Amino acid sequence: MNISGTDLILACSAIGAGLAVIAGIGPGIGQGIAAGHAAAAVGRNPGAKSDITSTMLLGQAVAETTGLYGLLVAILLLFVKPLV
Amino acid sequence: MRSSILLATSTEVDIEVHGLFSYELFGHTFWITTTHVCVLIVMLILLGFAIAANRAMKHASQVPTGFQNVVELIVEMLDKMVHGVMGKKGERFANYIGTVFLFILLSNISGLFGLRPPTADYGVTLPLALMSFCIIHFCQFKHNSLKEIWVDMCSPLPPWLPLWLPINLIGEIAVPISLSLRLFANILSGTIIMALIYALLSKFAYFWPGALHAYFDIFSGCIQTYVFCMLTMTYITNAIGDKEE
Repeated sequence: MNISGTDLILACSAIGAGLAVIAGIGPGIGQGIAAGHAAAAVGRNPGAKSDITSTMLLGQAVAETTGLYGLLVAILLLFVKPLV
Repeated sequence: MRSSILLATSTEVDIEVHGLFSYELFGHTFWITTTHVCVLIVMLILLGFAIAANRAMKHASQVPTGFQNVVELIVEMLDKMVHGVMGKKGERFANYIGTVFLFILLSNISGLFGLRPPTADYGVTLPLALMSFCIIHFCQFKHNSLKEIWVDMCSPLPPWLPLWLPINLIGEIAVPISLSLRLFANILSGTIIMALIYALLSKFAYFWPGALHAYFDIFSGCIQTYVFCMLTMTYITNAIGDKEE
């Protein structure tokens, strides 16, 4: 079986894209911690529920960014193919 | 049709921006893409809404009814948001923030109506972030003296030892990049997942993708709009500093 250099690069790019989206673990854990603390805060002070929810969503959306960088690298490797 | 603007009509995985027709200018080939068309549609809707709102407010009555109600609700909501974050300094920025808010919100939600969201193209989000960047630094130079900015840039170390300056400079340059990439990647991920579902599950994709549209287009789109405007306002407030005029 003949494997050309381009094929090898494409295969390695696919593996690299898979590795890049492992970055999603971190934001997942972070968002879970934020949601858990928000739930605890609502339990302690149910009156401030709307404030707590909006603060939590804002923080989670910012924390999501690092995971999205991983996704971006994966998309670049798969669709833009900068290495070929 | 390969170059369709409507996402839901394609039968293959189609997440890319397509060129509709090209033209030559100064020896370069430029493309009019689907993003241009979608931005134009969003712009026309906003313009139509603005003209209608202007008409309604010309014949405004003391007790608002119908369309006047909606316009007042939107304006009050935007003013309250800007005022809540920036305080009294924010009144000058309410127009800009409100405009950007409405544009990004409508762009994000346009995925719901079958368009490819314009904000899923880096060429749309980067200028938005660069405008924020320019306003942040205009405010910084307007409200602070050069000496204060220098002290601020060397901040953890004393101002006669600018070892920390390059790191602070990188931090400043990272602001527009992270602002634009956050919005871009969020909307792009939603677009990709919807395109995958419509293309690969086309036999089963009836009715239930509506729930995913509600999450990716409405919920995620609104949150990201809010985050973009909120971060812009926070950066501007930080750049102005605590001084009262």
